This record gives sequence, C-alpha cells and structure tokens, in this order.
Amino acid sequence: MRIPLTYNLRNLMVRRTATIMTALGMALTVAVLLAALALFDGLRTAFRSSGDPLNILVLRKGSSTELSSALGEETYRDMLYKPGIAQDGGSPLVSLEMITSVTLPKPGNLNGQAVTLRGLLPVGIRLRAVSLKEGRWFEAGKREFVVGASVARRCPAAQVGEWLRIGSSEWQVVGVMDAGASATNSEIFADLNQASSYFKRRDQFNSVLLRTANATWLPQLIGSLNNDQRLNVNAETEKSYYEAQAASGAPLEHLGVLVALIMSIGSAFTAMNTMYAAVARRSREIGTLRVLGFARGSILLSFFIESLLLASLGGIIACVLILPLNFVTTAIGNVSTMSEMAFRFHVGGVVIGIGIVFAWFIGGIGGLFPARNAARKEILTALRDN
Amino acid sequence: MLRLWSVMVASTVRNPRRSLLTVGSVAISLCLLSVLAAAYRSLFFEPESAPAEALRLVTHHRVSITQPMPLSFLPKIRSLPGVRDSMIWQWFGGTYKDARDPRNFFARFAVEPDRFFRIRPEVELAGDQNAAFQNTRSSCIVGKTLAARFQWKIGDRITLPGDIFPVTLELTLVGVYSNPNEDANLYFHYEYLRQLLIAAGQSSRADTVGVFLTSVNRAGDVDAIAAAIDKQFEDSPAPTKSESERTWQLSFVSFLGNLKLFLLAISGALTFTILLVSGNTISMSVRERTREVGILKTLGFRRETILVMFVGEAVLMSIAGGITGLLLGTVLAAVVSHSDAAFATLRLAITADVAGFVIVVAALIGALSSVIPARHAAQTQILDALRYSG
Repeated sequence: MRIPLTYNLRNLMVRRTATIMTALGMALTVAVLLAALALFDGLRTAFRSSGDPLNILVLRKGSSTELSSALGEETYRDMLYKPGIAQDGGSPLVSLEMITSVTLPKPGNLNGQAVTLRGLLPVGIRLRAVSLKEGRWFEAGKREFVVGASVARRCPAAQVGEWLRIGSSEWQVVGVMDAGASATNSEIFADLNQASSYFKRRDQFNSVLLRTANATWLPQLIGSLNNDQRLNVNAETEKSYYEAQAASGAPLEHLGVLVALIMSIGSAFTAMNTMYAAVARRSREIGTLRVLGFARGSILLSFFIESLLLASLGGIIACVLILPLNFVTTAIGNVSTMSEMAFRFHVGGVVIGIGIVFAWFIGGIGGLFPARNAARKEILTALRDN
Repeated sequence: MLRLWSVMVASTVRNPRRSLLTVGSVAISLCLLSVLAAAYRSLFFEPESAPAEALRLVTHHRVSITQPMPLSFLPKIRSLPGVRDSMIWQWFGGTYKDARDPRNFFARFAVEPDRFFRIRPEVELAGDQNAAFQNTRSSCIVGKTLAARFQWKIGDRITLPGDIFPVTLELTLVGVYSNPNEDANLYFHYEYLRQLLIAAGQSSRADTVGVFLTSVNRAGDVDAIAAAIDKQFEDSPAPTKSESERTWQLSFVSFLGNLKLFLLAISGALTFTILLVSGNTISMSVRERTREVGILKTLGFRRETILVMFVGEAVLMSIAGGITGLLLGTVLAAVVSHSDAAFATLRLAITADVAGFVIVVAALIGALSSVIPARHAAQTQILDALRYSG
C-alpha cells in the first residue's frame, strides 16, 4: 500500500523554513549549471543562425578558419564560372573577402575590444541576410565602416558619424547594420579594395563566399570545388562552418559545469541533513504508519519521494532564477577570428529539462540514506522516540 | 568562558552525522570559493612572476596581433637604452595530421635559437640537444608534455603544412625541453621559415613578424621601455602595442569571456549557498534543543550567554568547513593548474591572503547564519521552552 503524496506535501509545508532553505541551496547549484548551459546554448544559437543554407564558404586547403586561410585573386577568378553558381543579372553571386581583427577603444578595458573587420564588395552584402539599421552603406574607394548592431551597442565609439583610428589613419563609421542574432552583428564591414590595400593584403585575401543556384547543386558544387587540384581549396556550407565555431564557448561551459558538479556534492549533503532531521522528528509518525500496516518499502518510497519533491521545488526555483538570463547579452572571444562574438544567453526547453533532472539527481542522492534509515526503524523503538 | 567553550564543542559533536554533513557541505563550497578567489587574484591583482618573466615584454601591432610588423623594427628595439635583447616570436599556425581533431593542436613558434635561451633562461635543454638545435636549420625542439602526448623521440620527422603561410615545414626533432611554466610548444628556426617563404615567391612576407619578445635589464623598467618602443613606432605604417609578458598572457585568458563577472557571480551563488546550509543546520539544532535552553535558563544562564553559545557553535562549524575547504582547494588548484586547459595560465595557488579571505568569509557566514535562530532561542520564555516537545 502506498502512502499518499499529500502526506509528503503537508510535511514539507509544516517544516516551511527548512524546506525553503534547502530548496534554495539546491536551486543555486542548479542555477550555476543552467547558466553555463544557457551560455553555450546561446552561443550555439547565434552561430546556427549565421549563414545561408545555400551559401558555400571557400578557404585554402588545410585551413580551418577564415583568419588562417590565404587566397589569391586568381583563385577567385578561376571559380567564378563553375556550374551551379547562382546568377544575379548575369553576374555570378561570388564574393571575394578579406578579414582581419581590429581593436576598438572600449571604456573600462585598456586592451580595447577586438572586432572582426571584413572587407567585401556589394555582392558580399547581397549574400548575407543583413539590413541597414541606420546611416548608409560604405562607398567604394573610401575609408568607411558599417558596424554590426552588437558592435555599436558594446562600443560607444562605433556610432554613425564617428571617426575611428585604426593603425595610422582614421576611418569613418557611416552605418549600422542589423543581422539578427548572427555572427555578422559582431563584425565591421568595409570596402574590399580600400581595406585590402590599407592592410597590405592585395595578394592575400581570406575567403570566397558564393551562393548555389539551388539545393540540388549544393553537393555537386562543393565536390567540384574540393576536387579541383588547380584551385587547391576547401569548400563547405557556410552553415557547417559557423556551427563548428560554437566550440569557442567550451572553456567557459566546462568551467561552469565543473563548478556545478562540485557544488552538487555539497547540496546533496544539505538535502541529506534536512531529510535526516525530517526522519528523526517523525520517528513516532513512522512507528504509527507501521502499526497502521504500511510496509517498510512504502516508508522508504515515501521519504525518497519527499526528497524528490523538495528537489523539484529547488529545480523550479532555479529555472525561475535563470529565465531572465534570456534577456542578457554577453560576448566571448572567438579564437577562430581573434575577436569578440556577442550573443544572448538562451534558456530553452532542453536547458530547463536538464535543470530539473539535475535537481532530482541531487535530491535522490540526498534522500536515499535517510529514507533507508526511516524504513529500518523498529516499530516499538520508533513509537517510544520523541 | 572556558566552560562555554566546552559546551560549544560538546554541542557540535552531539549529532556527529549532522555536523559532519554540514562541515562537508560548507567545505565543498569553500573549496570552490578558494579556487575562484585564487583565480580572481591572479587575474585582477598584481601577479607574481618568475624573475626572468618579469624582465620580458611583448610587442605586437596595435591594430591586432594578426597584423604583421616589419622585421626592420628589431634592430631599433635592440638599440633602445635598457633593452638587454629582443627576438622574433612568430606564430606559425599550420596543421599537424588531422586538424579537425582538437588534440592535434599545439602552438608552433618560429624563433632565433641563439637568442631564445638568453631571453627565456628558464627553458632547460640538454647541452648536446641545444647544440644540435643551434646548428641545424630545419631542426625543432618540443616541450616535455607535448613530446609525451605524441610519443615523439629525438630524430623523429615532423611535417607541418602551413595555412597562414603557404609553405610546408619538414622538421627534425632534436631536443625536448622542460620549463615549469609551459612545456607544450614547438620551436623552430625563423630563418628556415624565411628561406621557405622566399623560395615560394613571398619575399615581402618573409620580412614581416607578428610579435617581438624583448628582455630588459631591470624589472622596474618594463613599463617605461614598453612605452618607449610604442612611441618610436607611433607614426610608422605599423604602430605597435607593447606590454609585459604576464599581462599579454592574461589577456588571452580574459579573451575567453567576461571572467570578472563570471567569477563574481559564481562566488556570490556559493556564498549564499553556504549561508543557507549553515543557517538551516543551526536552526535545526536550535529547535531540537529548545527544552535544553529552558533548563540552561533555569540554571541561571543569561540570554547573551545562550546567544553566544549558538553563534559560537555555528562559527566553529563553518571555520572547520573553511579549513577543510582550503585543503580541498589546494588539491583542486593543483589539478586545474596541471590540466592543459586554457585556465592553466592562471597559475592558481592558494596563497596566504586567499586562505585568510576564505577563513574570514567562513567565520562571517557562521555568525550571520546563526544570529536569527540563536536570538530566537535566547528569547524563548523558560516555561514555553520546558513545555516544548519537539
């Protein structure tokens, strides 16, 4: 026969202070884990929303990041007329690009903020889901910047009309662009020819971005680019390139998970303490339950369930504590671009589910021994206790 | 007072299981707190460094470390007053075997072998290995940890196709160095890279360098000389930024994210958790002993004495937790420092000030968490207390 759940709920209510304190302690442990997971999930979401499924990113063979890739202009010319490339008014949608990392001044940070500067032609803008939020696009042949919305938000110097000193001369910010949650929001765009001559990179561009005519062409075009010995390039979809970069959040995530796991040991101890106290206080009740005919197994189960209920409360509090993180923007350094990538924390269903399970795990470990202790009590001794 | 002390100790051990669980729980939280405090100290307070390290500074392009500087800067840096020596420190990049497997990643630097050991005297390399490194242009040396990871032996060939540089290095391993601060890099001759670049028709790139590593005569001069270097190249096509080697290393750690906020948030969560744990235990303990409080009062113990007794018990327990936590923290810090994670650069150590901080936090938490339950106990009326039945 099972002891009704309401018995446990009422008991938790009676010992209100102990219940809340224990649940809060557990909640903080779970919250640390969830914050770490939400950070990584947010970063992954940002990278996932980067790139168009029909776009192909071409790098030099052997390079895994744009920054470490070097391509000459002749390589770009050689791939212009590959079959399967989307056309726009007779010209192929292929964009030769260069990137570099530049340092912008940032209040409170002596080292400044490292941002990716991308030099491209108007076709490169067409290939991206990006719209102008403020100002205008850069003009060919001028030292002008269009900054991503995250850059404008995080760096007070990067506003329309301002001049930014990059190395030995000044560039003017003429526009702010919005690219949703994608990586482009953390970048600066400038005219390809202007940027490549300023950074002395006329013979060394980084990548080529191109649009496939349709999905059926995609594998064929990637294959034909990769197998072309003369080009010596590595082509993959823009989507898969960005997904791989989510790994740059791994060190912080690992740190958070490690801290949460260690904290969980402490939380399990606290849960144990609370449950032992509950068992001790209800010794006589346990005796009475046994007299009424409840089996040892039912008592064990009942106390174990009570611990899980306590843990559920902790888990729920943790989720409530962590939900506001959804509105928090942060930035981490992306090693593949040597610049900052801004993104929002993402507390999704998976993260919340993991939180509740983690809380049950702590509560389960904390409840097991006290529940066994309760089940083992002899009826007579239990009744005599006070 | 002495009698009070023994009462406090006795009541701490009266429910050994509860006390052990509480001390354990507090200890685990404080163990983490001590490691986080050590990390905070290493990042945001004046870091200590090895004597040779304190003499070194790093110069790179002001726009970004990805921008090269002309090789012609080197003699100009060397001729500055106070500079002992300066050398090339060129990141090669490239790939080893399958680059998609992150375990195949390690740092490769092109250096000038003769200057390398003068500027980094803490690097130890056997005499014959050093001679072989100096004399063979296509030779390389690797750190102990790295050699162990790939099971490399002296004489092995290591092939590194370039990515940033369009050349392939064919290196022969001639030595395995040891260095307490870093032993997972590969170093090879800058001249070898330069010749390969010239052969590949990239002579313009052969004369550019990413980073210069400079050692100065007096540690106190590092900042002034860094400023002097930057001033010298201020109006050149490649303006520079120079900083001490330690600052430069830590900037890579900070690059991982807003560590300051991260550390403070976790420390805050931890401290609050301990407060809850300790408060919970003390209030359980107080409730259980309500009748005893009545008896103590009948015997003539005063309110303040009872208050001190309960607060003392809590402080005692959390300090015990603090000491255990510090011991655990020392172990954890050592484990993290020996992992090859990015955080190893922090060189975590539970120093005296960190230990002091943790013990003070422990004592404060003990006191704070027990004040409310203890006052409650002290104010209970004798009759109510004696009538109380758990």
